[in-house]
Amino acid sequence: MNINLTLIGQSIAFVVFVWFCMKLVWPPIVSALNERKAKIADGLAAAEEGQKAKAQAQEHVAQVTGEAKDQAQEIIRRAEKREAEMIEEAKGSARSEGDRILSSARGEIDKEVNMAREALRAQVAALAVAGAAKILEREVDEGAHAKMLDDLISQL
Amino acid sequence: MASSEPLTSTGYIKHHLQNLTFGQLPDGSWGLAHGAAEAKAMGFWAIHLDTMFWSVILGVLFLWSFRKAAKKATVGVPSGFVNFVEWVVEFVDDNVRGSFSHKSDLVAPLALTLFVWVLLMNTMDLVPVDWIPELAKLMGIEYMKVVPTTDPNATFGMAIGIFVLTVFYSIKVKGIGGFAAELTMQPFEAKNPIVKILLLPANFFLEFVSLVSKPVSLSLRLFGNLFAGEMIFILIALLFSGGAVLAVAGGVLQWAWAVLHIVIVLLQAFIFMTLTIVYLELAHSHH
Repeated sequence: MNINLTLIGQSIAFVVFVWFCMKLVWPPIVSALNERKAKIADGLAAAEEGQKAKAQAQEHVAQVTGEAKDQAQEIIRRAEKREAEMIEEAKGSARSEGDRILSSARGEIDKEVNMAREALRAQVAALAVAGAAKILEREVDEGAHAKMLDDLISQL
Repeated sequence: MASSEPLTSTGYIKHHLQNLTFGQLPDGSWGLAHGAAEAKAMGFWAIHLDTMFWSVILGVLFLWSFRKAAKKATVGVPSGFVNFVEWVVEFVDDNVRGSFSHKSDLVAPLALTLFVWVLLMNTMDLVPVDWIPELAKLMGIEYMKVVPTTDPNATFGMAIGIFVLTVFYSIKVKGIGGFAAELTMQPFEAKNPIVKILLLPANFFLEFVSLVSKPVSLSLRLFGNLFAGEMIFILIALLFSGGAVLAVAGGVLQWAWAVLHIVIVLLQAFIFMTLTIVYLELAHSHH
């Protein structure tokens, strides 16, 4: 256990080792540790951000869905109203169309009746003349009796 | 090269406590000392080859493995040895942050180097005392002390480095005047300049002792603990030559002491590191 040159040798070894550790061992490890710390902190912050964004998105989704539902309800309600209106309109137009057809048919019938009546009237006049000629069995002056016949026709 | 001493208990212990010393032999030539007396006669200009070899091998092992881990250390998930190294680095870094309040690029790596290096050197104590010396004997090496921290040269060597650093930082931070004032103007303080001068010798004596006692106590604490531990391992090893019963008792004792010694090995490395940080903190701060 003598104190000798080993003392100086050990001091030199110590200095060299510390220098090496200071230059080449410590800085890369500590910088890696610090970088990782920063990265983890960033990751946690990003995760929190993501959670927040997710919550916001969910809120937005709920809002949009609600609006869409309301709109759908509104559309359905309008459609139903329109349907009822259209049915009413159709009913109204059908009725008026029916009335129109009916009245035109009636007019037609009246016209036919009148025409038939005119024709009948003309024929009745001829028939009456022929009948009267047969009854009288003599020549009748058509001109003399035309006035009387016209009176008869107009009484039909 | 057979041992010149007969195989007695005393001889065994002495043999185990002898370093492999290279220096000038009595006949004037340079070579390895054969025995304690020759080693002593070599004086200061001799070197303990075993202490140097093991301490440098362990220091290189530490730096090589940590350098490898440092190259692999990335921002990603660490694995295996890198993870372990990062854990050690964070442990040391926490300790430095806890005790050292100034900014320095040196103190934390210094603490890491001291902690791991001293721990590795101490751990050599857990290798059974005869394994490596017997192996060395087979290779023709007469003496082999494998625990560098049981050599006061190793512990003083580190303590001298730390002492130089504390003085350097004291002067750098406080200036030569501040450092001199710290050595001479306290603990007894006075306003009157004449009283100040009168108190100077007493102050200087107390402060100088406290300054020098730091590296001395630092190195002697480590050396003493490890030397005592090694000594007990050697004494337990003696039991193996005392018959079957004693050999079994020796085995049990060796195991028990080794388990306890794990604590000492770790604790002494930790204390060495912590006190170094504290000394450097004191050097940086004004009183």
